Amino acid sequence: MHRVLQQPFKTAVLILVWGWLLLLVLTPNLLVVGASVMTRDPGTFLSLPLNLDSYRQLFDPLYLDVFLNSLYMAGMTTVFCLLIGYPFAWALSGLGKQRQTLLIFLLIVPFWTNSLVRTYALKLLLATNGLINNALLGLGLIDEPLRMLYTEGAVVIGLVYLLLPFMILPLYSVFDDLRKELLMASHDLGAGKLSTFLHVTIPLTLPGVLAGVMLVLLPAMGLFFVADILGGSRNLLVGNVIKNQFLDARDWPFGAAASILLTVAMAVLLFAHRLSQRRLGDEARA
Amino acid sequence: MNRWLPKTYLTLVYVLLYLPILVLVVFSFNSSRTGYRWGGLSLQWYESLFNNHAMVQAMWNSLWLALTAATISTIIGALTALALHRYRFRGKRVLRGMLFVVMMSPEIVLAISLLALFLLVGLQLGFISLLLAHVTFCLPFVVITVMARLSGFDESLPEAARDLGASDFTMTRTVLIPVIMPALLAGWLLGFTLSLDDVVVSTFVSGPSYEILPLRIYSMVRVGLKPEVNALGTLLLVFSLAMLMLSQWILTRSKR
Repeated sequence: MHRVLQQPFKTAVLILVWGWLLLLVLTPNLLVVGASVMTRDPGTFLSLPLNLDSYRQLFDPLYLDVFLNSLYMAGMTTVFCLLIGYPFAWALSGLGKQRQTLLIFLLIVPFWTNSLVRTYALKLLLATNGLINNALLGLGLIDEPLRMLYTEGAVVIGLVYLLLPFMILPLYSVFDDLRKELLMASHDLGAGKLSTFLHVTIPLTLPGVLAGVMLVLLPAMGLFFVADILGGSRNLLVGNVIKNQFLDARDWPFGAAASILLTVAMAVLLFAHRLSQRRLGDEARA
Repeated sequence: MNRWLPKTYLTLVYVLLYLPILVLVVFSFNSSRTGYRWGGLSLQWYESLFNNHAMVQAMWNSLWLALTAATISTIIGALTALALHRYRFRGKRVLRGMLFVVMMSPEIVLAISLLALFLLVGLQLGFISLLLAHVTFCLPFVVITVMARLSGFDESLPEAARDLGASDFTMTRTVLIPVIMPALLAGWLLGFTLSLDDVVVSTFVSGPSYEILPLRIYSMVRVGLKPEVNALGTLLLVFSLAMLMLSQWILTRSKR
């Protein structure tokens, strides 16, 4: 009897999974690659001939500005998440086990809460006649309300607020694994606190840092609704550009090329993450 | 190092994380119309929320979508996790890699690729397109949850079942499924929440025939402030808190 017939269950499961992934992941992504090299068409969205115009358009000063600005805001978001998250994860891993479980739970509650609603909640605080301005005016610290909403700063605050748990969780996991003996050993061998931090803690937590950067940087370029709600209706993020090209301007080739830009960024970050893990593995074995 | 410094720092971050949510909850009971000033306790925003038929319809649509998407992704995800755990097959690493990439890639990339597919095959945007998209982004999360449970599992049980003459299907049904039950529930709850929360993918693959809650909220909050959103946000918060606690309870109970 043929092997396939001997294991009907295995075969059925594999066909189901592969079928789903090929149809709804691989094919759609190939379609995007295809769309990016076609020509814009107002009627059917896409038409021949094939060309690389949409990629050239990415370097059009108008859009290049948007991309660089989006990268800058995503970069700021990542830096703030790292600055807040690194000491946070370190402090968390020093607590008792039971307290850690509770605090991790409190960290993922917002993650399970509607992100639109949380973005909107920030609006209540940041608006011109919002709570922060009212409080500052009431305390007599300012004479005129500060303009905080509809600025790039508000967008970065929103992104940090939504993405912080994604930085903390991988960092916490590496700090949790970080062998305390290793730190002690380094200390016993005469290394000072700073030296231990520079030569032991930082390299050992690097994979966590890179995982966190990946989980924050990429979404920070794509979360168009944060820019819409807190930044006003301007093209602030790559996500807004992609959304506009697909839903409003109907320039599919260009939208597809912008999306491929994000995919390439992801590939680079994934590669860096793997590299850091492998290097760490080699050092541990050595 | 100072002992209270880390604790103060942790507390400060938690206060900042929860402050906006707290403000939202408090203001959902505010009777003032302007939205920023406190005008006394009132349930009027909850009332106007439930009197809004389009809103209630969108709520039901979202719940039904989340329910079906979570169920289908749990079934396919669990089977995938079992296959990855139990079988050797060609392309196993590619399969794992694809699931990982789906999980890591920005939602907007997934969103436009699915939109392109649906338009190419001529699928009308609505419930079916939303369902296919939601199952796709929930799938990897279910697979990881179930894989984590399987990796800590005693291999002798399925072998014993096989020795006793059980077929693969029977063994899966009688031995493996009960073992992974807590992970199935946790994965289902995660999928349900992800689906209920999604804005990015739904923006692209939904049509006018099937309006869902996040998109309705989105159109409300883009301009200005809508006090009804405070009430709705509070309800969603209570709901997801309950779901999360249920999921944690299932997972901890099963560890004992």
